[in-house]
Amino acid sequence: MRKELLPSIILTVLCILFFSGLYPLVMWGIAQAAPNKGEGFITNVGDKTYYNNIAQKFSDDKYFWSRPSAVDYNAAGSAGSNKGPANPDYLAQVQQRIDTFLAHNPGVRKSDIPSDMVTASGSGLDPHISPQGAMIQINRIANARHLPIETVKALVDKQTEKPLLGLFGPKKINVLKLNIELDHLK
Amino acid sequence: MNTELFGVIFMFLGTLLLAIPLGKYIAKVYAGDRVWTDVIFAPIERMFFRVSRIDISKEMNWKQHLVALLTINLVWFLWAMFCLMNQGWLPMNPDHITSQSPDLAFNTAISFLVNCNLQHYSGESGASYFTQVYGLMFLQFVSAGTGMAAAAVVFNALKERATDKLGNFYNYFLKSCTRILLPLCILIGTVQIFEGTPMTFKGMDTIVTMQGDTQHVSRGPVAAFVAIKHLGTNGGGFYGANSAHPLENPNYLSNMVQMIAQVLIPFAMIFAMGFFLRRKKLAWVIWSVMTIGFLALVIPTINAEIHGNVMIAKMGISQPLGNMEGKEIRFGARASAYWSIATTVISTGSVNSMHDSFMPLSGMNMLLGMMVNSFYGGVGVGFLNFYVYLILAVFIGGLMVGRTPEFLGKKVEAKEMKIAMIVALLHPFLILVGTAIASHLAAHDAAMGWWWMGADGKPMHATAWLNNPRYHGFSEMLYEYTSSSANNGSGFEGLGDNNPFWNISTGIVLILSRFIPIIGPVAIAGLLAQKKHIPESAGTLKPDTATFGTLILAVKIIIAALAFFPALALGPIAEWLSM
Repeated sequence: MRKELLPSIILTVLCILFFSGLYPLVMWGIAQAAPNKGEGFITNVGDKTYYNNIAQKFSDDKYFWSRPSAVDYNAAGSAGSNKGPANPDYLAQVQQRIDTFLAHNPGVRKSDIPSDMVTASGSGLDPHISPQGAMIQINRIANARHLPIETVKALVDKQTEKPLLGLFGPKKINVLKLNIELDHLK
Repeated sequence: MNTELFGVIFMFLGTLLLAIPLGKYIAKVYAGDRVWTDVIFAPIERMFFRVSRIDISKEMNWKQHLVALLTINLVWFLWAMFCLMNQGWLPMNPDHITSQSPDLAFNTAISFLVNCNLQHYSGESGASYFTQVYGLMFLQFVSAGTGMAAAAVVFNALKERATDKLGNFYNYFLKSCTRILLPLCILIGTVQIFEGTPMTFKGMDTIVTMQGDTQHVSRGPVAAFVAIKHLGTNGGGFYGANSAHPLENPNYLSNMVQMIAQVLIPFAMIFAMGFFLRRKKLAWVIWSVMTIGFLALVIPTINAEIHGNVMIAKMGISQPLGNMEGKEIRFGARASAYWSIATTVISTGSVNSMHDSFMPLSGMNMLLGMMVNSFYGGVGVGFLNFYVYLILAVFIGGLMVGRTPEFLGKKVEAKEMKIAMIVALLHPFLILVGTAIASHLAAHDAAMGWWWMGADGKPMHATAWLNNPRYHGFSEMLYEYTSSSANNGSGFEGLGDNNPFWNISTGIVLILSRFIPIIGPVAIAGLLAQKKHIPESAGTLKPDTATFGTLILAVKIIIAALAFFPALALGPIAEWLSM
């Protein structure tokens, strides 16, 4: 073993320089050609900056709500709830979210609430909701903003993102982009 | 048209189509043939070997291979410990993250060294950029290279000749990293960057949300990390939520790329063996056995997830997207379920959804994937695990036809069988003993003393590490040891595992379950390689047939079922029956 030790140490040092020094530097260089230089995709509205892919907390009736977050939308400490499907505490929490949702959205039938609106995402930062999750919020938004329902519905349709190439994956809506557009409707 | 299902099928077939040419390329690299990457990397490798005073023309026997492998792994372990325990004052720490405690550093260093990436810390708060890049990402490269080099030694030993000269370890190791992992990493990392994954050395950003809340957003050199995390089947996430995090895995395209990246080399290694030994049919038999096992786990899991949670259905809401707790909208239930099984049958352990919140039988399928640990398996080591089952099947097949068992013209005798049995039994032993100890402590709600001290200095009680009651709590503990012993790294992450008890006990499991399953197969292959080659005759058990494939599958099922069924019955099966 002793015979192998010195070559091992030198080879390790060289590998550290190569794989941990040079390789990230190359990737960083490539990132300089990417949008926002590889610092995450952002949208600027007025003097504010938002991260497109990071869910924000929306509790106001005049905004579309994001999915529930197990970490209260902490983008410096992502996590899911890690609750098992039959955990009684968890089920009580879901029931409470259903009740809150119904209280804020009078007229919505319980059987129309899609589960994504009352279950926490894996990261706690899921920026998307399902099209149905947006549809059942339309009445509330239209009321709170004194807008015609059709106008809000048209916006939701416009903001619905199709599957990749129309072929792969689910439809989805980015809540942040939707709410920014909503503010522009006035 | 079901676009979610279509995406899953595309990912599987796409991996296969890419793996065959990659396998051919890998075989050429290990055989020392000319390849197009010579132009860039050959001078660099020559310089590395010259400076390190390594003569790669000197071939090693199997024992010398193992000594070299273990020595350099020891060096890496010490380096990682240094990074983790000193990150507080080391550079590249814009978020002022403190150094890890010794037990956590031990667990983290070991788990990245052995290609597991168990992660009892969260990336945002537990690791500086220096640690992530110079400690952890470095290990992600070299631990994958180690597994691939060990597989290359076995490939070499399976050739039809009698020799003890099996190539040079350092040569196989470095070329695995430079020729195979690095070029693909640059490609995948570039895709990640342009899909929205950060690649910056700036610290966290602070923004004000539309509603006026303050939000801190962790950034970092994520894209470089994510590429090797998947290609090397490491699985350790840059962020706590791993590939469920919308910066680490921003959309369906990045999800497909990461999914294909993690299954690619495990597939390609099988075909590489076929090209290397000129036994393509054997490669297809092995791939088919693995694929049957994989599909048998993945189809029921997708099915369970799209039907949603019966307990939620009882509340009267709709579940058009399936069980969405712990899942992300942009992937959907199908791609999440597919990922959960792919990441557990190969030893990646990255997640794009939280396994703790899957339906009970889905959780069981993930556990089974790790318990068998060779329905594809991790880079290099997946093939080694399969090789052990293969030797067992050869032995049983030999007994059935009443001949001395032989594999590819070499007699399999008592010594090889003993090694194969030790390796095969080690895995259930580590999982079940670990789980038994932990559940004994939890059942008695033992005061943990030094093994788990609360923040207030008072000892914690064992049940506090469970995030879920009853059967699911048992599954959390079973999953943690299974994940450790399979060198997988995923978790039922609700488990409170950052304490000396879990850090040290899983750390020990990790070391044993990494190195013994490397030493064993390399030793068997080395011993067989020295033996005289016997030409095929009418009575030879032919390995490249469907009959033999069925036999291997049967051996795997028997070993997994007999060893693990009781534990599964207490966890996921009991939970399923009670729902």
